[in-house]
Amino acid sequence: MTEKQVLNRAVVEDFLYEEASLLDEWRLDEWLEMLTDDASYYVPPNDAPDADHHDTLFIVADDIHRIKSRVKRLKSRHAHAENPKSKTRRMISNVRIRSVVENVAHVTANFVVYRFRRHEQIREYVGRYEYKLAIDGTQLRIAERKAILDSEELARLGSVSIIL
Amino acid sequence: MEARQYIIDDSDKGMFKVHRSVLVQPEILTQERKKIFDRCWLYVGHVSEVKQPGDFKTRNVGGRPIIFTRGSDGEVRAFLNSCTHRGTLVCRERQGNAKSFQCFYHAWTFNNCGELVAVPGQDAYGQNFDKRELGLRSVPRFDHYKGFYFLSFDKSAVSLDEYLAGAKEYLDLIVDQSPTGELQIIQGTQEYDMLGNWKLLSENSFDDYHVAPTHITYLEYLKDSGVDVSMPKGLLMPKHGFGKSLGNGHAMIENETYRGRPIARWMPMYGEEAKEEIAQIRRELTQRLGEQRAMRVAETNRNLLIFPNLVINDGSSVTVRTYFPVTEKHMKITAWAIGPTDESPRARARRLDSFLTFYGPGGFATPDDVEALEVVQQGIATWQELEWSDLSRGMMKKDEDQLNTDELHLRTFWRRWNELMTKE
Repeated sequence: MTEKQVLNRAVVEDFLYEEASLLDEWRLDEWLEMLTDDASYYVPPNDAPDADHHDTLFIVADDIHRIKSRVKRLKSRHAHAENPKSKTRRMISNVRIRSVVENVAHVTANFVVYRFRRHEQIREYVGRYEYKLAIDGTQLRIAERKAILDSEELARLGSVSIIL
Repeated sequence: MEARQYIIDDSDKGMFKVHRSVLVQPEILTQERKKIFDRCWLYVGHVSEVKQPGDFKTRNVGGRPIIFTRGSDGEVRAFLNSCTHRGTLVCRERQGNAKSFQCFYHAWTFNNCGELVAVPGQDAYGQNFDKRELGLRSVPRFDHYKGFYFLSFDKSAVSLDEYLAGAKEYLDLIVDQSPTGELQIIQGTQEYDMLGNWKLLSENSFDDYHVAPTHITYLEYLKDSGVDVSMPKGLLMPKHGFGKSLGNGHAMIENETYRGRPIARWMPMYGEEAKEEIAQIRRELTQRLGEQRAMRVAETNRNLLIFPNLVINDGSSVTVRTYFPVTEKHMKITAWAIGPTDESPRARARRLDSFLTFYGPGGFATPDDVEALEVVQQGIATWQELEWSDLSRGMMKKDEDQLNTDELHLRTFWRRWNELMTKE
Protein backbone atom coordinates (compact mmCIF):
# COMPACT_ATOMS: atom_id res chain seq x y z
CA MET A 1 0.00 0.00 0.00
CA THR A 2 1.36 3.40 -0.90
CA GLU A 3 0.32 6.45 0.98
CA LYS A 4 -1.85 7.60 -1.87
CA GLN A 5 -3.73 4.33 -2.20
CA VAL A 6 -7.00 4.25 -0.42
CA LEU A 7 -7.52 1.36 1.91
CA ASN A 8 -9.63 -1.14 0.03
CA ARG A 9 -10.77 -4.70 0.46
CA ALA A 10 -8.05 -6.17 -1.72
CA VAL A 11 -5.37 -4.57 0.43
CA VAL A 12 -6.97 -5.83 3.63
CA GLU A 13 -7.49 -9.29 2.16
CA ASP A 14 -3.84 -9.52 1.15
CA PHE A 15 -2.89 -8.53 4.67
CA LEU A 16 -5.18 -11.13 6.31
CA TYR A 17 -4.08 -13.85 3.86
CA GLU A 18 -0.48 -13.07 4.72
CA GLU A 19 -1.28 -13.35 8.40
CA ALA A 20 -3.09 -16.65 7.85
CA SER A 21 -0.13 -18.10 6.01
CA LEU A 22 2.34 -17.02 8.72
CA LEU A 23 0.18 -18.71 11.36
CA ASP A 24 -0.33 -21.83 9.23
CA GLU A 25 3.43 -22.09 8.66
CA TRP A 26 4.18 -21.49 12.36
CA ARG A 27 6.28 -18.42 11.47
CA LEU A 28 5.22 -16.90 14.78
CA ASP A 29 8.04 -14.37 15.16
CA GLU A 30 7.16 -12.90 11.78
CA TRP A 31 3.51 -12.90 12.83
CA LEU A 32 4.43 -10.88 15.93
CA GLU A 33 5.88 -8.24 13.60
CA MET A 34 2.42 -7.71 12.15
CA LEU A 35 1.16 -6.51 15.54
CA THR A 36 1.29 -3.07 17.12
CA ASP A 37 3.31 -2.63 20.33
CA ASP A 38 0.11 -2.64 22.36
CA ALA A 39 -1.86 -5.25 20.45
CA SER A 40 -4.41 -7.53 22.05
CA TYR A 41 -5.89 -10.89 21.11
CA TYR A 42 -9.20 -12.26 22.34
CA VAL A 43 -11.24 -15.42 22.11
CA PRO A 44 -14.48 -14.69 24.01
CA PRO A 45 -16.47 -17.43 25.75
CA ASN A 46 -19.00 -19.15 23.51
CA ASP A 47 -21.91 -18.20 25.78
CA ALA A 48 -21.06 -14.48 25.95
CA PRO A 49 -19.37 -13.62 22.64
CA ASP A 50 -19.89 -9.87 22.95
CA ALA A 51 -18.73 -9.53 26.54
CA ASP A 52 -15.80 -7.59 28.01
CA HIS A 53 -12.83 -9.54 29.35
CA HIS A 54 -12.62 -7.30 32.43
CA ASP A 55 -15.82 -8.76 33.85
CA THR A 56 -16.25 -11.99 31.91
CA LEU A 57 -14.23 -15.18 31.80
CA PHE A 58 -12.78 -15.47 28.29
CA ILE A 59 -11.01 -18.37 26.61
CA VAL A 60 -8.14 -16.06 25.64
CA ALA A 61 -7.62 -12.41 26.63
CA ASP A 62 -4.00 -11.49 25.89
CA ASP A 63 -2.29 -8.15 25.98
CA ILE A 64 0.93 -7.80 23.97
CA HIS A 65 3.03 -9.23 26.82
CA ARG A 66 0.99 -12.38 27.02
CA ILE A 67 0.81 -12.67 23.23
CA LYS A 68 4.62 -12.71 23.24
CA SER A 69 4.62 -15.23 26.10
CA ARG A 70 2.12 -17.34 24.17
CA VAL A 71 4.40 -17.34 21.15
CA LYS A 72 7.37 -18.22 23.33
CA ARG A 73 5.36 -21.07 24.84
CA LEU A 74 4.20 -22.35 21.46
CA LYS A 75 7.76 -22.38 20.13
CA SER A 76 8.86 -24.56 23.05
CA ARG A 77 8.92 -28.31 22.62
CA HIS A 78 7.31 -28.38 26.08
CA ALA A 79 4.07 -26.94 24.76
CA HIS A 80 2.81 -30.51 24.71
CA ALA A 81 -0.58 -29.63 23.24
CA GLU A 82 1.28 -28.51 20.11
CA ASN A 83 4.10 -31.01 20.04
CA PRO A 84 4.05 -32.33 17.41
CA LYS A 85 2.61 -29.16 15.97
CA SER A 86 -0.83 -29.17 14.44
CA LYS A 87 -1.10 -28.72 10.73
CA THR A 88 -3.59 -25.96 10.24
CA ARG A 89 -5.25 -24.43 7.20
CA ARG A 90 -7.05 -21.15 7.58
CA MET A 91 -9.79 -20.16 5.16
CA ILE A 92 -10.61 -16.49 5.35
CA SER A 93 -13.61 -15.05 3.55
CA ASN A 94 -16.34 -12.39 3.59
CA VAL A 95 -13.75 -9.76 4.40
CA ARG A 96 -15.40 -6.41 5.02
CA ILE A 97 -14.09 -3.00 6.03
CA ARG A 98 -16.73 -1.75 8.45
CA SER A 99 -15.30 1.66 9.17
CA VAL A 100 -12.11 3.68 9.16
CA VAL A 101 -11.88 6.09 12.07
CA GLU A 102 -8.72 8.03 12.89
CA ASN A 103 -6.36 5.65 11.15
CA VAL A 104 -7.97 2.54 12.58
CA ALA A 105 -9.83 0.25 10.22
CA HIS A 106 -12.48 -2.01 11.72
CA VAL A 107 -12.50 -5.17 9.66
CA THR A 108 -14.55 -8.35 9.96
CA ALA A 109 -14.01 -11.66 8.23
CA ASN A 110 -15.25 -15.22 8.46
CA PHE A 111 -12.86 -18.03 9.18
CA VAL A 112 -12.57 -21.77 9.17
CA VAL A 113 -9.43 -23.16 10.73
CA TYR A 114 -8.90 -26.84 10.01
CA ARG A 115 -6.57 -28.46 12.51
CA PHE A 116 -4.96 -31.87 12.04
CA ARG A 117 -2.79 -33.61 14.60
CA ARG A 118 -1.23 -37.04 14.75
CA HIS A 119 -3.87 -39.55 13.77
CA GLU A 120 -6.72 -37.37 14.88
CA GLN A 121 -9.71 -36.54 12.85
CA ILE A 122 -10.04 -32.95 11.72
CA ARG A 123 -11.09 -30.39 14.28
CA GLU A 124 -12.70 -27.35 12.68
CA TYR A 125 -12.84 -23.98 14.33
CA VAL A 126 -15.52 -21.86 12.64
CA GLY A 127 -16.31 -18.26 13.39
CA ARG A 128 -15.66 -14.65 12.62
CA TYR A 129 -12.75 -12.34 13.13
CA GLU A 130 -13.05 -8.76 14.28
CA TYR A 131 -9.92 -6.77 13.65
CA LYS A 132 -8.78 -3.31 14.52
CA LEU A 133 -6.05 -2.53 12.00
CA ALA A 134 -3.84 0.46 12.65
CA ILE A 135 -2.94 2.34 9.50
CA ASP A 136 0.60 3.55 9.99
CA GLY A 137 1.79 5.45 6.94
CA THR A 138 2.02 2.81 4.27
CA GLN A 139 1.61 -0.12 6.60
CA LEU A 140 -1.15 -1.97 8.32
CA ARG A 141 -0.65 -3.38 11.80
CA ILE A 142 -2.93 -5.49 13.95
CA ALA A 143 -3.99 -3.52 17.03
CA GLU A 144 -6.67 -5.96 18.10
CA ARG A 145 -7.87 -9.30 16.83
CA LYS A 146 -10.86 -11.11 18.19
CA ALA A 147 -11.78 -14.63 17.11
CA ILE A 148 -15.42 -15.33 17.89
CA LEU A 149 -16.37 -18.98 17.62
CA ASP A 150 -19.80 -20.00 16.37
CA SER A 151 -20.06 -23.24 18.30
CA GLU A 152 -22.21 -23.08 21.45
CA GLU A 153 -19.37 -24.73 23.33
CA LEU A 154 -15.87 -25.82 22.37
CA ALA A 155 -16.95 -29.46 22.71
CA ARG A 156 -14.81 -31.73 20.53
CA LEU A 157 -12.49 -28.84 19.69
CA GLY A 158 -11.12 -29.49 23.18
CA SER A 159 -8.72 -26.66 23.71
CA VAL A 160 -7.62 -23.60 21.79
CA SER A 161 -3.95 -24.50 21.76
CA ILE A 162 -3.13 -22.75 18.49
CA ILE A 163 -3.37 -19.03 17.79
CA LEU A 164 -6.84 -19.03 16.34
CA MET B 1 -19.83 -59.24 33.70
CA GLU B 2 -17.31 -61.51 35.38
CA ALA B 3 -16.07 -60.47 38.80
CA ARG B 4 -12.73 -58.75 38.46
CA GLN B 5 -10.42 -57.02 40.86
CA TYR B 6 -10.29 -53.35 39.96
CA ILE B 7 -7.58 -52.23 42.35
CA ILE B 8 -4.68 -53.72 44.28
CA ASP B 9 -4.25 -51.89 47.58
CA ASP B 10 -1.43 -53.49 49.56
CA SER B 11 0.05 -51.19 52.18
CA ASP B 12 2.56 -53.83 53.37
CA LYS B 13 4.16 -53.90 49.95
CA GLY B 14 3.57 -50.20 49.33
CA MET B 15 1.64 -51.19 46.24
CA PHE B 16 -1.42 -49.50 44.78
CA LYS B 17 -2.53 -50.38 41.28
CA VAL B 18 -5.61 -49.65 39.21
CA HIS B 19 -6.69 -52.05 36.51
CA ARG B 20 -6.75 -50.15 33.25
CA SER B 21 -9.87 -51.92 32.01
CA VAL B 22 -11.85 -49.52 34.21
CA LEU B 23 -10.76 -46.66 31.95
CA VAL B 24 -11.62 -48.31 28.65
CA GLN B 25 -14.58 -50.62 29.04
CA PRO B 26 -18.11 -49.45 28.23
CA GLU B 27 -19.52 -52.01 30.72
CA ILE B 28 -17.69 -50.22 33.52
CA LEU B 29 -19.33 -46.93 32.56
CA THR B 30 -22.73 -48.64 32.63
CA GLN B 31 -21.96 -49.75 36.19
CA GLU B 32 -20.64 -46.32 37.14
CA ARG B 33 -23.85 -44.68 35.99
CA LYS B 34 -25.81 -46.97 38.33
CA LYS B 35 -23.48 -47.13 41.29
CA ILE B 36 -21.85 -43.71 41.27
CA PHE B 37 -23.76 -41.13 39.26
CA ASP B 38 -27.19 -42.42 40.35
CA ARG B 39 -26.13 -42.60 44.02
CA CYS B 40 -23.74 -39.75 44.85
CA TRP B 41 -24.50 -36.07 45.37
CA LEU B 42 -23.63 -34.22 42.15
CA TYR B 43 -22.93 -30.52 41.70
CA VAL B 44 -25.68 -28.59 39.91
CA GLY B 45 -24.85 -24.91 40.23
CA HIS B 46 -24.27 -21.94 42.49
CA VAL B 47 -26.94 -19.77 44.09
CA SER B 48 -25.55 -16.66 42.34
CA GLU B 49 -26.59 -18.15 39.00
CA VAL B 50 -30.29 -17.98 39.94
CA LYS B 51 -30.37 -14.76 41.90
CA GLN B 52 -33.70 -13.33 40.81
CA PRO B 53 -37.09 -15.09 40.87
CA GLY B 54 -37.53 -16.75 37.49
CA ASP B 55 -33.78 -17.04 36.76
CA PHE B 56 -32.91 -20.42 35.32
CA LYS B 57 -30.02 -22.42 33.91
CA THR B 58 -30.42 -25.68 32.05
CA ARG B 59 -27.74 -28.22 32.86
CA ASN B 60 -26.97 -31.82 32.17
CA VAL B 61 -26.28 -33.54 35.46
CA GLY B 62 -25.60 -37.25 35.73
CA GLY B 63 -26.99 -37.86 32.25
CA ARG B 64 -30.28 -36.04 32.89
CA PRO B 65 -31.42 -32.69 31.55
CA ILE B 66 -32.09 -30.46 34.56
CA ILE B 67 -33.62 -27.00 35.06
CA PHE B 68 -31.92 -25.19 37.93
CA THR B 69 -34.22 -22.31 38.78
CA ARG B 70 -35.57 -19.93 41.36
CA GLY B 71 -39.36 -19.81 41.45
CA SER B 72 -41.48 -16.70 41.81
CA ASP B 73 -41.88 -17.79 45.44
CA GLY B 74 -38.12 -17.32 45.92
CA GLU B 75 -37.30 -21.00 46.34
CA VAL B 76 -34.40 -22.58 44.41
CA ARG B 77 -35.30 -25.89 42.78
CA ALA B 78 -33.98 -28.47 40.34
CA PHE B 79 -36.55 -29.98 37.99
CA LEU B 80 -36.19 -32.81 35.55
CA ASN B 81 -36.37 -31.03 32.20
CA SER B 82 -39.04 -33.31 30.82
CA CYS B 83 -42.71 -32.72 30.15
CA THR B 84 -44.89 -34.94 32.35
CA HIS B 85 -47.16 -35.46 29.33
CA ARG B 86 -44.89 -37.08 26.74
CA GLY B 87 -41.36 -36.29 27.82
CA THR B 88 -40.21 -33.35 25.70
CA LEU B 89 -37.67 -30.92 27.12
CA VAL B 90 -39.82 -28.10 28.45
CA CYS B 91 -36.92 -25.67 28.30
CA ARG B 92 -34.45 -25.55 25.43
CA GLU B 93 -32.64 -22.35 26.38
CA ARG B 94 -29.30 -22.47 28.19
CA GLN B 95 -30.31 -19.72 30.58
CA GLY B 96 -32.78 -16.93 31.10
CA ASN B 97 -35.60 -15.67 33.25
CA ALA B 98 -39.06 -17.16 32.87
CA LYS B 99 -42.37 -17.13 34.70
CA SER B 100 -43.31 -20.41 33.07
CA PHE B 101 -42.00 -23.23 30.91
CA GLN B 102 -44.20 -24.28 28.05
CA CYS B 103 -43.71 -27.52 26.21
CA PHE B 104 -43.94 -26.62 22.52
CA TYR B 105 -45.16 -30.09 21.53
CA HIS B 106 -48.70 -29.98 23.02
CA ALA B 107 -48.40 -26.68 24.90
CA TRP B 108 -48.64 -27.93 28.45
CA THR B 109 -47.49 -25.06 30.62
CA PHE B 110 -45.75 -25.19 33.98
CA ASN B 111 -45.05 -22.22 36.21
CA ASN B 112 -41.55 -21.65 37.57
CA CYS B 113 -42.51 -23.34 40.84
CA GLY B 114 -43.22 -26.47 38.81
CA GLU B 115 -47.02 -26.50 38.91
CA LEU B 116 -48.88 -27.56 35.78
CA VAL B 117 -50.99 -24.49 35.09
CA ALA B 118 -52.41 -25.01 31.60
CA VAL B 119 -53.42 -28.03 29.52
CA PRO B 120 -55.05 -27.16 26.19
CA GLY B 121 -58.42 -28.86 25.81
CA GLN B 122 -58.45 -30.16 29.35
CA ASP B 123 -62.15 -31.08 28.96
CA ALA B 124 -61.15 -34.16 26.98
CA TYR B 125 -59.57 -35.77 30.03
CA GLY B 126 -61.47 -37.92 32.50
CA GLN B 127 -62.36 -37.03 36.08
CA ASN B 128 -59.24 -38.73 37.45
CA PHE B 129 -56.96 -36.40 35.52
CA ASP B 130 -55.30 -34.37 38.24
CA LYS B 131 -53.09 -31.49 37.22
CA ARG B 132 -51.60 -31.40 40.71
CA GLU B 133 -49.95 -34.77 40.09
CA LEU B 134 -48.50 -33.70 36.77
CA GLY B 135 -46.29 -30.81 37.78
CA LEU B 136 -42.63 -30.73 36.76
CA ARG B 137 -40.85 -33.47 38.65
CA SER B 138 -38.25 -32.31 41.14
CA VAL B 139 -35.02 -34.26 41.48
CA PRO B 140 -35.22 -36.79 44.33
CA ARG B 141 -32.76 -34.95 46.58
CA PHE B 142 -31.64 -31.36 46.37
CA ASP B 143 -29.71 -29.29 48.89
CA HIS B 144 -26.93 -26.77 49.14
CA TYR B 145 -23.91 -26.00 51.27
CA LYS B 146 -23.27 -22.25 51.53
CA GLY B 147 -24.74 -21.65 48.10
CA PHE B 148 -23.20 -24.63 46.27
CA TYR B 149 -26.21 -26.69 45.11
CA PHE B 150 -26.07 -30.45 44.68
CA LEU B 151 -28.62 -33.11 43.74
CA SER B 152 -28.86 -36.81 44.19
CA PHE B 153 -30.99 -39.22 42.21
CA ASP B 154 -30.93 -41.59 45.18
CA LYS B 155 -33.87 -40.94 47.51
CA SER B 156 -32.08 -42.75 50.34
CA ALA B 157 -28.75 -40.96 49.98
CA VAL B 158 -27.20 -39.60 53.19
CA SER B 159 -27.73 -35.88 53.76
CA LEU B 160 -25.55 -33.49 51.76
CA ASP B 161 -24.03 -32.31 55.00
CA GLU B 162 -22.95 -35.82 55.92
CA TYR B 163 -21.86 -36.55 52.35
CA LEU B 164 -19.55 -33.54 52.11
CA ALA B 165 -17.76 -34.53 55.32
CA GLY B 166 -14.32 -32.87 55.54
CA ALA B 167 -14.79 -31.07 52.21
CA LYS B 168 -16.94 -28.47 53.97
CA GLU B 169 -13.90 -26.97 55.68
CA TYR B 170 -12.39 -26.26 52.27
CA LEU B 171 -15.57 -24.72 50.91
CA ASP B 172 -15.57 -22.53 54.05
CA LEU B 173 -12.07 -21.29 53.20
CA ILE B 174 -13.37 -20.13 49.84
CA VAL B 175 -16.51 -18.52 51.24
CA ASP B 176 -14.36 -16.73 53.83
CA GLN B 177 -12.61 -14.85 51.01
CA SER B 178 -15.73 -12.73 50.62
CA PRO B 179 -16.25 -9.92 53.16
CA THR B 180 -20.02 -10.51 52.95
CA GLY B 181 -19.76 -14.30 52.67
CA GLU B 182 -21.31 -14.03 49.23
CA LEU B 183 -19.70 -15.46 46.13
CA GLN B 184 -20.59 -15.04 42.51
CA ILE B 185 -20.11 -17.26 39.49
CA ILE B 186 -18.65 -14.89 36.94
CA GLN B 187 -20.13 -14.62 33.45
CA GLY B 188 -18.41 -16.72 30.77
CA THR B 189 -18.59 -20.51 30.75
CA GLN B 190 -15.77 -22.71 29.58
CA GLU B 191 -17.22 -25.83 28.01
CA TYR B 192 -14.86 -28.25 26.39
CA ASP B 193 -14.50 -31.96 25.86
CA MET B 194 -11.65 -34.34 26.43
CA LEU B 195 -11.39 -37.62 24.63
CA GLY B 196 -10.53 -39.44 27.81
CA ASN B 197 -12.20 -41.32 30.64
CA TRP B 198 -13.80 -38.97 33.20
CA LYS B 199 -11.81 -40.48 36.08
CA LEU B 200 -8.60 -39.29 34.48
CA LEU B 201 -9.72 -35.71 35.12
CA SER B 202 -10.54 -36.46 38.76
CA GLU B 203 -6.93 -37.62 39.06
CA ASN B 204 -5.40 -34.84 37.00
CA SER B 205 -7.22 -32.01 38.77
CA PHE B 206 -5.24 -32.47 41.97
CA ASP B 207 -2.14 -34.28 40.82
CA ASP B 208 0.80 -31.99 41.57
CA TYR B 209 3.27 -34.69 40.50
CA HIS B 210 2.58 -33.81 36.85
CA VAL B 211 2.86 -30.05 37.24
CA ALA B 212 6.55 -29.57 36.54
CA PRO B 213 6.91 -31.83 33.49
CA THR B 214 3.50 -31.16 31.95
CA HIS B 215 3.32 -27.44 32.70
CA ILE B 216 6.94 -26.43 32.26
CA THR B 217 5.95 -23.63 29.87
CA TYR B 218 3.63 -22.20 32.55
CA LEU B 219 6.40 -22.31 35.15
CA GLU B 220 8.69 -20.57 32.67
CA TYR B 221 6.05 -17.92 32.14
CA LEU B 222 5.86 -17.34 35.90
CA LYS B 223 9.64 -17.19 36.07
CA ASP B 224 9.72 -14.62 33.26
CA SER B 225 7.33 -12.48 35.26
CA GLY B 226 9.53 -12.58 38.37
CA VAL B 227 8.09 -15.47 40.40
CA ASP B 228 10.61 -17.77 42.09
CA VAL B 229 9.82 -21.25 40.78
CA SER B 230 13.00 -23.02 41.89
CA MET B 231 12.41 -26.33 43.62
CA PRO B 232 13.85 -26.71 47.13
CA LYS B 233 15.74 -29.94 47.79
CA GLY B 234 13.44 -32.93 48.08
CA LEU B 235 10.43 -31.16 46.57
CA LEU B 236 8.99 -31.35 43.09
CA MET B 237 7.18 -28.06 43.59
CA PRO B 238 8.55 -24.67 44.61
CA LYS B 239 6.85 -24.84 48.02
CA HIS B 240 6.07 -27.52 50.53
CA GLY B 241 2.57 -28.92 50.33
CA PHE B 242 0.55 -31.91 51.42
CA GLY B 243 -2.26 -34.17 50.33
CA LYS B 244 -5.15 -35.29 52.49
CA SER B 245 -8.25 -37.44 52.45
CA LEU B 246 -11.44 -35.67 53.53
CA GLY B 247 -13.76 -38.66 53.79
CA ASN B 248 -16.30 -40.20 51.37
CA GLY B 249 -13.77 -40.10 48.53
CA HIS B 250 -13.19 -36.35 48.74
CA ALA B 251 -9.60 -35.23 48.99
CA MET B 252 -7.41 -32.23 48.47
CA ILE B 253 -3.90 -30.94 48.12
CA GLU B 254 -2.78 -27.80 49.85
CA ASN B 255 0.43 -25.87 49.54
CA GLU B 256 1.85 -22.59 50.60
CA THR B 257 1.68 -20.70 47.38
CA TYR B 258 4.64 -19.56 45.34
CA ARG B 259 2.44 -17.63 42.94
CA GLY B 260 -0.01 -14.86 43.71
CA ARG B 261 -3.57 -15.00 44.89
CA PRO B 262 -6.19 -12.40 44.14
CA ILE B 263 -6.98 -12.98 47.85
CA ALA B 264 -4.58 -11.62 49.01
CA ARG B 265 -1.03 -12.11 47.87
CA TRP B 266 0.58 -9.88 45.30
CA MET B 267 2.73 -11.21 42.49
CA PRO B 268 4.62 -9.24 39.87
CA MET B 269 2.20 -10.24 37.11
CA TYR B 270 -0.54 -8.18 38.80
CA GLY B 271 1.44 -4.96 38.28
CA GLU B 272 2.61 -2.33 40.76
CA GLU B 273 -0.74 -0.56 40.80
CA ALA B 274 -2.40 -3.65 42.31
CA LYS B 275 -0.18 -3.68 45.39
CA GLU B 276 -2.20 -1.23 47.46
CA GLU B 277 -5.57 -2.84 46.77
CA ILE B 278 -4.29 -6.32 47.57
CA ALA B 279 -2.79 -5.04 50.83
CA GLN B 280 -6.20 -3.58 51.61
CA ILE B 281 -7.95 -6.89 50.91
CA ARG B 282 -5.44 -8.53 53.19
CA ARG B 283 -6.13 -6.01 56.00
CA GLU B 284 -9.87 -6.67 55.72
CA LEU B 285 -9.25 -10.43 55.92
CA THR B 286 -7.08 -10.09 59.00
CA GLN B 287 -9.58 -7.80 60.69
CA ARG B 288 -12.48 -10.11 60.02
CA LEU B 289 -10.86 -13.52 60.45
CA GLY B 290 -7.87 -12.93 62.70
CA GLU B 291 -4.22 -13.23 61.69
CA GLN B 292 -4.05 -17.01 61.64
CA ARG B 293 -7.11 -17.78 59.56
CA ALA B 294 -6.43 -14.82 57.26
CA MET B 295 -2.98 -16.32 56.60
CA ARG B 296 -4.55 -19.64 55.72
CA VAL B 297 -7.19 -18.08 53.46
CA ALA B 298 -4.64 -15.84 51.75
CA GLU B 299 -1.40 -17.80 51.61
CA THR B 300 -2.30 -21.34 50.61
CA ASN B 301 -3.46 -22.88 47.36
CA ARG B 302 -5.90 -25.73 47.48
CA ASN B 303 -7.15 -28.16 44.87
CA LEU B 304 -10.29 -29.82 46.17
CA LEU B 305 -12.02 -32.83 44.65
CA ILE B 306 -15.55 -33.48 45.85
CA PHE B 307 -16.25 -37.05 44.83
CA PRO B 308 -16.91 -37.93 42.12
CA ASN B 309 -16.68 -35.00 39.72
CA LEU B 310 -16.54 -31.53 41.27
CA VAL B 311 -13.19 -29.78 41.39
CA ILE B 312 -12.56 -26.45 43.01
CA ASN B 313 -9.10 -25.08 42.46
CA ASP B 314 -8.47 -22.27 44.89
CA GLY B 315 -5.20 -20.89 43.58
CA SER B 316 -4.19 -17.91 41.49
CA SER B 317 -7.97 -17.66 40.97
CA VAL B 318 -10.87 -19.85 42.03
CA THR B 319 -12.32 -22.33 39.56
CA VAL B 320 -15.43 -24.45 39.76
CA ARG B 321 -15.26 -27.37 37.38
CA THR B 322 -17.51 -30.34 36.84
CA TYR B 323 -17.49 -33.04 34.20
CA PHE B 324 -19.54 -36.01 33.09
CA PRO B 325 -18.80 -39.00 30.91
CA VAL B 326 -20.34 -39.18 27.44
CA THR B 327 -18.70 -42.51 26.72
CA GLU B 328 -15.95 -44.42 28.47
CA LYS B 329 -13.43 -42.36 26.51
CA HIS B 330 -15.13 -39.01 26.12
CA MET B 331 -16.13 -36.48 28.77
CA LYS B 332 -17.77 -33.06 28.76
CA ILE B 333 -16.30 -30.45 31.08
CA THR B 334 -17.90 -27.24 32.33
CA ALA B 335 -15.85 -24.69 34.24
CA TRP B 336 -16.48 -21.30 35.77
CA ALA B 337 -14.60 -18.66 37.70
CA ILE B 338 -16.01 -17.68 41.08
CA GLY B 339 -15.16 -14.70 43.26
CA PRO B 340 -16.47 -12.46 46.05
CA THR B 341 -19.66 -10.74 44.91
CA ASP B 342 -18.58 -7.28 45.94
CA GLU B 343 -14.99 -7.21 44.70
CA SER B 344 -13.95 -4.09 42.82
CA PRO B 345 -13.94 -4.09 39.01
CA ARG B 346 -10.12 -3.96 39.10
CA ALA B 347 -9.89 -6.91 41.46
CA ARG B 348 -12.37 -8.82 39.31
CA ALA B 349 -10.37 -8.12 36.15
CA ARG B 350 -7.18 -9.24 37.91
CA ARG B 351 -8.85 -12.47 39.05
CA LEU B 352 -10.02 -13.26 35.52
CA ASP B 353 -6.66 -12.42 34.01
CA SER B 354 -4.97 -14.63 36.56
CA PHE B 355 -7.39 -17.45 35.74
CA LEU B 356 -6.48 -17.29 32.06
CA THR B 357 -2.75 -17.58 32.56
CA PHE B 358 -3.15 -21.13 33.81
CA TYR B 359 -6.64 -22.55 33.59
CA GLY B 360 -9.05 -23.05 30.79
CA PRO B 361 -8.93 -24.28 27.22
CA GLY B 362 -6.94 -21.26 26.03
CA GLY B 363 -4.70 -21.00 29.09
CA PHE B 364 -1.02 -21.83 29.37
CA ALA B 365 -1.67 -25.15 31.14
CA THR B 366 -5.06 -26.72 30.48
CA PRO B 367 -4.38 -27.46 26.79
CA ASP B 368 -1.44 -29.57 27.93
CA ASP B 369 -3.70 -31.39 30.40
CA VAL B 370 -6.17 -32.08 27.60
CA GLU B 371 -3.29 -33.45 25.57
CA ALA B 372 -2.02 -35.55 28.48
CA LEU B 373 -5.36 -37.18 29.21
CA GLU B 374 -6.18 -37.80 25.56
CA VAL B 375 -2.77 -39.40 25.13
CA VAL B 376 -3.29 -41.55 28.25
CA GLN B 377 -6.54 -42.74 26.74
CA GLN B 378 -4.76 -43.62 23.49
CA GLY B 379 -1.94 -45.36 25.35
CA ILE B 380 -4.18 -47.55 27.47
CA ALA B 381 -5.69 -49.17 24.42
CA THR B 382 -2.92 -51.63 25.35
CA TRP B 383 -4.73 -52.52 28.59
CA GLN B 384 -5.04 -56.20 27.81
CA GLU B 385 -1.29 -56.59 27.62
CA LEU B 386 -0.29 -53.84 30.07
CA GLU B 387 -2.95 -54.23 32.70
CA TRP B 388 -2.17 -52.00 35.68
CA SER B 389 -1.52 -48.33 36.38
CA ASP B 390 0.61 -47.47 39.39
CA LEU B 391 -0.57 -45.02 42.07
CA SER B 392 1.70 -46.03 44.92
CA ARG B 393 3.68 -42.82 45.19
CA GLY B 394 4.30 -41.90 48.84
CA MET B 395 2.58 -45.04 50.07
CA MET B 396 5.45 -46.01 52.40
CA LYS B 397 5.00 -42.72 54.28
CA LYS B 398 2.50 -42.01 57.02
CA ASP B 399 -0.73 -40.31 55.95
CA GLU B 400 0.25 -37.08 57.68
CA ASP B 401 3.53 -36.96 55.72
CA GLN B 402 1.94 -37.16 52.30
CA LEU B 403 3.15 -34.44 49.96
CA ASN B 404 0.95 -32.79 47.36
CA THR B 405 3.19 -34.54 44.83
CA ASP B 406 2.42 -37.94 46.37
CA GLU B 407 -0.67 -39.91 45.48
CA LEU B 408 -2.60 -40.44 48.72
CA HIS B 409 -5.34 -38.12 47.51
CA LEU B 410 -5.60 -40.01 44.22
CA ARG B 411 -5.81 -43.29 46.11
CA THR B 412 -8.60 -41.76 48.21
CA PHE B 413 -10.61 -41.20 45.04
CA TRP B 414 -9.95 -44.72 43.77
CA ARG B 415 -10.69 -46.39 47.11
CA ARG B 416 -14.11 -44.75 47.26
CA TRP B 417 -14.73 -45.55 43.60
CA ASN B 418 -13.83 -49.17 44.23
CA GLU B 419 -16.01 -49.35 47.30
CA LEU B 420 -19.05 -48.06 45.43
CA MET B 421 -18.41 -50.21 42.38
CA THR B 422 -17.90 -53.49 44.21
CA LYS B 423 -20.62 -53.33 46.84
CA GLU B 424 -24.02 -54.61 45.79
